[in-house]
Amino acid sequence: MSAIIIFIQQAVGQAVAILFGASGEILIERSGNLNLGIPGVMYMGGISGLMGAFFYENSTENPVPFVGFLVSVMAALIASAIGGLIYSFLTISLRVNQNVVGLSLTTFGVGFGNFFGGSISKLAGGVGQISVKSTASAYTATIPGLSKVPVIGEIFFHYGVMTYVSVIAALILSWFMFHTRTGLNLRAVGESPATADAAGISVMKYKYVATVVGSMISGLGGLYFVMEYLGGTWTNNGFGDRGWLAVALVILALWKPVNAIWGSFLFGALYILYIYVPGLSRGQQELCKMLPYVVTIIVLIITSFRNKLENQPPAGLGQAYFRENR
Amino acid sequence: MNEMNAIELKNITKRFGSVVANDHVDLTLKEGEILAILGENGSGKTTLMNMLSGIYFPDEGQLFVHGKETVIRSPKDSFELGIGMIHQHFKLIPIFTAAENAVLGLDKDKKGGIAEVNKKIQELIDKYGFDLDIDRKIYDMSVSQKQTVEIIKVLYRGADILILDEPTAVLTPQETEKLFAVLRNMKANGKSIIIITHKLNEVMEISDRVAVLRKGKSIGTIETKDASVDKLTEMMVGEKVALNIDRSEPVDPKKCISVSGLSVRNREGVRILKDISFEARSGEILGIAGVSGNGQEQLLEAIAGLQKYESGEIKFYDENGNETKDKLISFVPEDRLGMGLVGNMNIVDNMMLRSYRESKGLFLNKTGPAEVAKKIVDSLKIVTPDLKTAVRRLSGGNVQKVLVGREIERNPELLMVAYPVRGLDINSSYVIYNLLNEQKNKGVAVICVIEDLDVLLELCDRIMVLSGGKVTGIEDARTTTKEKIGMLMMDSGKGENE
Repeated sequence: MSAIIIFIQQAVGQAVAILFGASGEILIERSGNLNLGIPGVMYMGGISGLMGAFFYENSTENPVPFVGFLVSVMAALIASAIGGLIYSFLTISLRVNQNVVGLSLTTFGVGFGNFFGGSISKLAGGVGQISVKSTASAYTATIPGLSKVPVIGEIFFHYGVMTYVSVIAALILSWFMFHTRTGLNLRAVGESPATADAAGISVMKYKYVATVVGSMISGLGGLYFVMEYLGGTWTNNGFGDRGWLAVALVILALWKPVNAIWGSFLFGALYILYIYVPGLSRGQQELCKMLPYVVTIIVLIITSFRNKLENQPPAGLGQAYFRENR
Repeated sequence: MNEMNAIELKNITKRFGSVVANDHVDLTLKEGEILAILGENGSGKTTLMNMLSGIYFPDEGQLFVHGKETVIRSPKDSFELGIGMIHQHFKLIPIFTAAENAVLGLDKDKKGGIAEVNKKIQELIDKYGFDLDIDRKIYDMSVSQKQTVEIIKVLYRGADILILDEPTAVLTPQETEKLFAVLRNMKANGKSIIIITHKLNEVMEISDRVAVLRKGKSIGTIETKDASVDKLTEMMVGEKVALNIDRSEPVDPKKCISVSGLSVRNREGVRILKDISFEARSGEILGIAGVSGNGQEQLLEAIAGLQKYESGEIKFYDENGNETKDKLISFVPEDRLGMGLVGNMNIVDNMMLRSYRESKGLFLNKTGPAEVAKKIVDSLKIVTPDLKTAVRRLSGGNVQKVLVGREIERNPELLMVAYPVRGLDINSSYVIYNLLNEQKNKGVAVICVIEDLDVLLELCDRIMVLSGGKVTGIEDARTTTKEKIGMLMMDSGKGENE
């Protein structure tokens, strides 16, 4: 029993970063931008949050965890917004190919993370890992009492605040996309920018705002990973391929944030399954790690069979829009 | 102004690069009338209307709505002025319902959820007598229902000026009748309506006045009751212009290809070609006339083997009149850089697209194609920095010369060209005409689709007219008249769309 509870807790721990990433990417893709820069943006969010916390903690004698929390969140949001802005400017204003820009942004973001990760380690004295214990404690704090309730508490209340933020963000996004006029307009932009334009929707504005806000949400995934999952430390390339899992999850979720909630849990569980299955060889473990992608492919095949238009990617995904194109 | 005009356009000019789409056009729409705008393809009707709907911005000219001078910068400006355009290609989101499409882009001051919107739309449906199920998604609807949604959309947005761009092109006669009934209903309710069409019988039936455009210029506006089909045709096609293209008598024409009973359906199952039969002869130019989109493209593609056909036969013949399967066909498609050439590749490489199979060995042999390329560049006077320049960097005329040059270089027995001079200047056009004539004199069977009736009449030996996917006539180009061809083009064949 306790092994299952720990497995669930670990799966949730993996899921949160992916859920942030996927929710943000869904918002972006709904505006017709295929932002493959999300893995990079998540790195940028993570390292910037860590740097914010690090400099804050170094600047005072007695760092207050809550202030460190705010500083790191702000830093992560700003950095990932900049990532989103770079992407938007290049693809929306300059109409550069989205895949090229996205992949470059990922390469850039990963390098950005590793570079500054190394830099602050050096600033901290250069020995081993840096640590922002005080700020991290704000992230890892759980509700006293409630988290100790057997089973229920252990499964549902064992996590830091970001876990709940990720689920709430996905729910809000879902409500926004499918139950508000602005969400309707956004989906129209992603389906057919020409139609949206003819209806008087500012395609540029929607694409910019969706991409920047979506990047900020994704960046929080990186922040969560660094602060709560790693407990306020940095390891180069530590975030691994979770960013790509987030992009894959967008497809699994059929571009609906609600689906991303259970999907992220499924991915998280599959991602660490190899640790909990006893007696796997090294090779079998690696095969096990492929499971999230296998599931995504299976879902793709099933939805293509059912061929329901609502479950297809936004029709305008990946295309630049220019009104006077003839 | 004593009488209020819903819309008045003065001296509107719009250019796309060097092409003038609208040349100082004037147009007036009176309050509460139905105005038909008539013109051939490429006469600038849609461009003109797109400036009213805010898609394009005019380069010159003034625009008055309800007597006030206005500037329309975006679609939003347009519908704030009460102008609603129903585009030829529907601007609807397939995965949304009618109500969701109707409220797109509207400001939030309109309160109430989708249920409220649905109620208002139901009221519109009842008021004007539409036929529509409001719970359906657009992708589940027929073409006519989609059009209905478009109309409802602009009405919901409070439009009192409606512009319909070729609304009947996609409708069956019964649906057209329904649409006209709705239009009359709306006129009775005080709406002003512009309907773009090139079907004369519809103009006569529905409109109060007719404005005619030709080659981007306004030719005039007349009361429908004073108009006749003859008069409108004349306005549309214009006076015959002498072009001085040399035309020789066909030398020893022989049957080269015969098409019989050819029918083609497109992917949506609509019949594009219906029972087409004709033959083309060696040493002769057969021109195909018709408003574009009446099956010309599909016909050439079917002969070239690019288009599957439902029924019918295409047979080729050798010099002795025996049937053969072995015929060298060259096809110059309308979409030069899409279907004909690879824009990012240079002239030599584009030559190789046709001939790479002939070179042997593991590596490409570029000497042969390079010689061919050089020969074509020299003989057709193609303006290019060198043979290594990407084709898309050349001007339209030079691109076309590269393509036609390559196709002619193969010494085809049958040469098909679609809109060979579209977008070309006068000099390049004449180079192309002369090339076609040269091929004809060499004994090649030439089939060409050309929009310009003057050119067709002077270049071709025979002219086949397509309308609504059917052959409405095959005329001798030396004896027929422009009016006659124009009439055949307008002959809707009392269209039975399926």
